[in-house]
Amino acid sequence: MTADHLDGNALAGPLAELFAVDVTAATGRCASCGLAGPIAALHVYGPEPGLVGRCPGCEEVVLRLVRGPGSAWLDLRGALSLRVTLPE
Amino acid sequence: MAIVSRGFRGRPRAGGDRLPPGQYLVEDFPVLSAGPTPRVPTDRWEFAIDTEEGETHRWSWQEFMALPQERPAVDIHCVTRWSKLDTHWEGVSLDVLFEDVESAAEYALVHSYGGYTTNLPVEDLLDGKAWIVHRFDGEELAPVHGGPARLLVPHLYFWKSAKWVRGIRLLNEDWPGFWETAGYHEYGDPWREQRYEGD
Repeated sequence: MTADHLDGNALAGPLAELFAVDVTAATGRCASCGLAGPIAALHVYGPEPGLVGRCPGCEEVVLRLVRGPGSAWLDLRGALSLRVTLPE
Repeated sequence: MAIVSRGFRGRPRAGGDRLPPGQYLVEDFPVLSAGPTPRVPTDRWEFAIDTEEGETHRWSWQEFMALPQERPAVDIHCVTRWSKLDTHWEGVSLDVLFEDVESAAEYALVHSYGGYTTNLPVEDLLDGKAWIVHRFDGEELAPVHGGPARLLVPHLYFWKSAKWVRGIRLLNEDWPGFWETAGYHEYGDPWREQRYEGD
């Protein structure tokens, strides 16, 4: 199948606008199938009307990000958790 | 001598008064997707309307194709600002599909193969305003554009015209759909530029 999506690295710029850490390096766990992996490995559709990050295992939605004028909407319902590596 | 000024009218735009505010014309047909394109063979396709009382009306592909067909020619407007004029479709009016449906519900949640959803008032589906279409420009509707069949509600932004439509749930309460829960407008009237929540 030809890739009709980008990989999760496409989320790095838009998410950097919201978060101090690089979220694409965090480990996310899919709420649908439980697969854990870096956000950068998501299958990303968009950017318009919004970025949709899907689990590379089950294709369910893990993350959605819509950037409107003056607001961004972030939906992480599809992620059970995000593990962010921080300095000790 | 009286001087009558015509005033400023701005530069005339291509598309004239058929182009809603903030839109530009395209000649091609852009594809926007929120996920992989579902491939739904017509022998496994079905369309259903579920009422608020729990009653279900179902159509197989053969039953759907045997219904009276219409050929709407309409302008479509995407929230990402492109508009396409005089698009030609073929399909079944929602008025036909709702003929035997007994319901007092005011809200509809449209759902698709692949999991997409979108919400709109039931009245926006009726009175010749919406169709389930299966042909575009004289050809079978391609899967990237929502084939085998998609909803067509041209008076609202095009995200309401759900691709790969599978059914409509009738509800007593408004239940926001996929983009409506992620910042996009509940209703999405292009002429009032209802793009985002609160517009």
